[in-house]
Amino acid sequence: MPNTFLTRTPSNVIFLIVLAAFALGVTVLAEGSGIGVISTSFVKTLGKTLCLALVAVAMDLVWGYTGILSLGHFAFFGLGGYMIGMWLMYARTHGIVVSSMADAPIPPTEGEIVEAIGNQIFGVVGSSEFPLVWAFADSFTIQLILVVAVPGLLALVFGWLAFRSRVTGVYLSILTQAMTLALALYLFQNDSGLRGNNGLSGLQNLPGLDHVPQAQISIWFFWASAAALALGYVFAAWLVSGKFGSVMRGIRDNEARVRFLGYSVEGYKLFVFTATAMIAGVAGALYYPQAGIINPAEIAPIASIYLAVWVAIGGRGRLYGAAIGAVFVSLVSSWFTGGQAPDLNLGFYTLKWVDWWLIVLGFSFVLVTLFAPKGIGGLVDLWTDRKSPDRHEADLGPDAGALREQEASQ
Amino acid sequence: MKRPLLAGLLVLLTTLTAWAQSTPMQDILQKHSDLIVKSSRKTIEPAIQGVAASGLPQAQDVMQAWQAKAMWMRKADGLFFRGEKLDSKTYRLFDFDTGAKVGDVPKSDLKQIKPNSGIRAMIATALVQFQLMDPDPVLRAEALSAIERAPDGKLLEPLRASIEGETDLVLKTRKIRIERLLTIAYDQDETTRIAAINEMSDDLGLDVRATLNPLVTTTLTAFAGDVPNTVNVARVLEPDQDSLSSDAAYEVLVAQGMAPAQITRDDIRTALLEHSDGADAGGVPIAQLNTDAARARAYAALTDAGLVPPLVTDADVAASLGTHSFAEVYDEPSAAITTAAQDALDRITTRVAAGQAVDLTLDALSLVSIYFLAAIGLAITFGVMGVINMAHGEFIMMGAYTGYVVQQMVPNHTVSILMAVPLAFAVTFAAGVAMERLVIRWLYNRPLETLLATFGISIALQQLAKNIFGTQARPLTAPGWLDGAWVLNDVVSISYIRIAIFVLALIFLGVFLFIMRRTRLGLETRAVTQNRSMAASMGINPERVNMLTFGLGSGIAGIAGVAIGLFAKVTSELGSDYIVQSFMTVVVGGVGNIWGTLAGATMIGFFQKGVEWLNPSNTLAAQTYMIVFIIIFIQFRPRGIIALKGRAAGD
Amino acid sequence: MSRLLEVSGVSVSFDGFKAINNLSFAIGDAEMRAIIGPNGAGKTTFMDIVTGKTRPDEGRVTWGERNISLLGMSEARIAREGVGRKFQKPTVFEDQTVKENLLMALKANRNPFTVMFYRASAQDLSRVDALAEEIGLSDALDRKSGELSHGQKQWLEIGMLLAQEPRLLLVDEPAAGMTPAEREHTTEILVEAAKTRAVVVVEHDMEFVRRLDCRVTVLHEGSVLAEGSLDHVTANQQVIDVYLGR
Repeated sequence: MPNTFLTRTPSNVIFLIVLAAFALGVTVLAEGSGIGVISTSFVKTLGKTLCLALVAVAMDLVWGYTGILSLGHFAFFGLGGYMIGMWLMYARTHGIVVSSMADAPIPPTEGEIVEAIGNQIFGVVGSSEFPLVWAFADSFTIQLILVVAVPGLLALVFGWLAFRSRVTGVYLSILTQAMTLALALYLFQNDSGLRGNNGLSGLQNLPGLDHVPQAQISIWFFWASAAALALGYVFAAWLVSGKFGSVMRGIRDNEARVRFLGYSVEGYKLFVFTATAMIAGVAGALYYPQAGIINPAEIAPIASIYLAVWVAIGGRGRLYGAAIGAVFVSLVSSWFTGGQAPDLNLGFYTLKWVDWWLIVLGFSFVLVTLFAPKGIGGLVDLWTDRKSPDRHEADLGPDAGALREQEASQ
Repeated sequence: MKRPLLAGLLVLLTTLTAWAQSTPMQDILQKHSDLIVKSSRKTIEPAIQGVAASGLPQAQDVMQAWQAKAMWMRKADGLFFRGEKLDSKTYRLFDFDTGAKVGDVPKSDLKQIKPNSGIRAMIATALVQFQLMDPDPVLRAEALSAIERAPDGKLLEPLRASIEGETDLVLKTRKIRIERLLTIAYDQDETTRIAAINEMSDDLGLDVRATLNPLVTTTLTAFAGDVPNTVNVARVLEPDQDSLSSDAAYEVLVAQGMAPAQITRDDIRTALLEHSDGADAGGVPIAQLNTDAARARAYAALTDAGLVPPLVTDADVAASLGTHSFAEVYDEPSAAITTAAQDALDRITTRVAAGQAVDLTLDALSLVSIYFLAAIGLAITFGVMGVINMAHGEFIMMGAYTGYVVQQMVPNHTVSILMAVPLAFAVTFAAGVAMERLVIRWLYNRPLETLLATFGISIALQQLAKNIFGTQARPLTAPGWLDGAWVLNDVVSISYIRIAIFVLALIFLGVFLFIMRRTRLGLETRAVTQNRSMAASMGINPERVNMLTFGLGSGIAGIAGVAIGLFAKVTSELGSDYIVQSFMTVVVGGVGNIWGTLAGATMIGFFQKGVEWLNPSNTLAAQTYMIVFIIIFIQFRPRGIIALKGRAAGD
Repeated sequence: MSRLLEVSGVSVSFDGFKAINNLSFAIGDAEMRAIIGPNGAGKTTFMDIVTGKTRPDEGRVTWGERNISLLGMSEARIAREGVGRKFQKPTVFEDQTVKENLLMALKANRNPFTVMFYRASAQDLSRVDALAEEIGLSDALDRKSGELSHGQKQWLEIGMLLAQEPRLLLVDEPAAGMTPAEREHTTEILVEAAKTRAVVVVEHDMEFVRRLDCRVTVLHEGSVLAEGSLDHVTANQQVIDVYLGR
């Protein structure tokens, strides 16, 4: 029975059914595939939201289950986007260049075509040479591998350095944040080879598919995002269901104890950190072709903190919580900041949501941390009347393992 | 031989007649009348020289009038006068030679001489020699400035002549210095120049380097055979060695017309296009010309047909390079001078490098002070209390905005800054206490949740600042006495504002040490952080202590905000620019130790300046490398530079 | 009787304070040993050194028949070598069920990739049931361990320790906070365990030590003061002075 791990937890089944129903509903209602109630741009928004849910599930694995508050997973997300963006931009520019050179009196050589592509892509940063990082940009397969390989490798190297020196807790969070900042600053430079602050653009156009309308492409990407989310979710559910999940939660609650059981905590952390970075890379690779543009600002440390916010609001330590949090907060945010929400007239002052939403979000986040540490997932507990373990000691959250150990050694 | 003699006689005759009529200046002007009226920059030189070199006392007057567009020509007889406007229609004319009033003339009878800016500049140069002797010291100083702006060999003699009679000591020193520089550049006598060069070789002034540098400029030159010993060679270069690539060497040959140009891919393409008949080019069908190999084949065919020059092969290049030699040749022909100038420049460069090192150290110190200021509040809340406050940057921002608001109300900058410091402390102290009471105290011992909750506050505060003050940067102006810089010499200088921040950082360090070691609050804080329940049982109220300590850390952030706002623009993002660096400073230094924070700031500041010095164009890269360096550094000292050891460090 | 663990000439100091001073200690296979000593005698630090949590400044710690050195090994590696440790305060994974706790401790390959694909076999499950029986938690297998009583948590932790099948058990004050009946049960479990492996018990409670009926090592100021049967060491004048005499 390969599926026992799924069926044993009802929430997994419910989540997958809801996701399938949602995907089906959007397909029926969308412009590109159904009756056209949902506009193409909204289909893209929904597809992007599913990608965010996927990276949130990854974040939940690393934070909610393993207790590593990584403030770097959006950097991995962005790197995945950059990797696929390089191929999209190269291949599409290649198409444009070839067709514009078709009328030349002498057919262009391969070298001339590459040169012209270089001019097109890097003219904006005052260069025409292809940097080394673009070496494989012409190969879809290799860039696809890089989507997981580059974030994975960065996570592996960084994680190895950080975990082996036993950096934990907030120190690790700050360190991951520093890594994210370093990466963003690096990409902001023109000579990083990825077009500096211009980023990569025009990613919504698939090379060779110019005749296909965006409405159609958007629904394809929506399906791909939904499928990726489902696969990622099933993988995560499988991972946490067995002994591996036990070890992960053990590390979260009492790292030292797991070590004395003979598990190499560093190895497990490194595995989770790297695997989730790869999932984040995949999510990013699906997200940015729907967004159309990626630039270093996307990788800024604040994005990774928002990711943590989503997971916390949704309820960490439960996979569906993370997904719900990401979907809920990002959709509500885009509703409020997109100008759709009606202004609130208080008589003496008109509240414009575009200006005030972040303040509401910020403070509601404080309230969630203070009063509803289980997030939206806590509502589900009320619903199912699930009892929390009756702990004899004070409620020690997933982060307080170190404290308990401290007490133990006193 | 006869003609010059005749001409000389003629000049003498004219001068004599002029003397007789005693209108010598008018005569000179008349002689160049055409040029003056034509007023073209290309041809005016003789006219200006004529006036300037006349040796007449009225020459300065004429040129000043000319330059000020106050020279008029009477249309009736073509004579030139100085004109003064009486009303819009009438001008009063004065004779140049006598200075006497000639009469009031309607404008319609006159033609104004309007020299363009180029000519006026030339007149100004010519005027300098007169101004150098001018009784008015202001004019003399202006003349010297004019020479500095546009040095000119012709001014050397007048300048030398003017030194003797100079009464103003400052001006005399300046004159001597400029005379030395002009001597280096323009004197005819080699020994004098070398003496001047040696004399100035201890001077760090930019003008000295600007004078010496043109003397040692070189041109890369190719020679058939060996380098001749008739030229002043800086160094002989071997292609493909000595930093001269063979491509670059060959380009020199081409530029000097000593070898045929290389045929580039573009040249091949153009040639093929030129010689195509629509279907074929060089015997190859056009459709097949999409590889370099095919194009080369077609081009070879064209070469064989004698239609295009042959390709220059690598062997050709090597052969050409073999029969030629290359050298960097000084543009200045005299070897003695170039050697002296090079030696002088080397000496100056060494001293400049030393100066720059000092300057860089000062720069780094001021960066250290800034990081320290930004981090010291955090050293209290994070380092001592263990509370991770992501809104710390926003407290810095609040302090800066407090300073801005105070400045809007109190126009005197000195008073407003003095008021802003305690006010900023009060505002952020209150904000810190409020935050501790409302949020943080519920989250003690849950550091990750504190991090997220304070992050929520951080984004809310940032947006609030945006709503109140807008997105554009607000200025926080330093008082006048902080403007300017303390200049040690042309290389080393430091602005007063940076000195002030350095002093402020020292004061903060002192205050922190005082509070932690000598006051009741410090004692209680340390007691509470080390053992809360023990402290509580000894009659200390931990709640109160935590509140006050957190308020103190936040208040210090507010003051840091005022200081940072003085040199950075105040925006809602001000705080977030510093937050990661601040945390890094505390972590790298070692948590819970103020000297650690200082050490952390020092390391980060110096490292960043060092990287910027290696790669000055790219401050982003400096920050990237700095963070990578910190990540690696933490590998070796996970508990920071100054770590608490043993059991006290906890695990 | 071959020697399983040998600690010789070990010293460690924190900020100048010598917690362990030239300590030597040895224990053989299938031996029970009690370590007593006043507070600050270095009992916990001694355990920290053996389990790899603290690195000594000098000295040797050798293990097993091949006399390999435990110094420089990670905690996890030492645990896999067969050293199990029970902390003073019960530390079980409160968010997980008793069964999950025991399964995690069960001797098996600890490699992440193996663990990822690990699914409990019938044999493993019956082993868990047997252990639960032994520690009296058969009825609580599916309960979250956070819901257990203090004594039950102590037992669960001992059960986890047994599940690891270590060759050496380090037990820190196992009887603290237990009722007399629970103590008796704990004694039985430990005595039973000592038949097949080495057990080191750190304990304050003389009554409990007496019941263990084994050799006793007295620590004082980081080194061994006396060693022998309980009656022997309690008769030692030095021991009475520093410890019992107070």
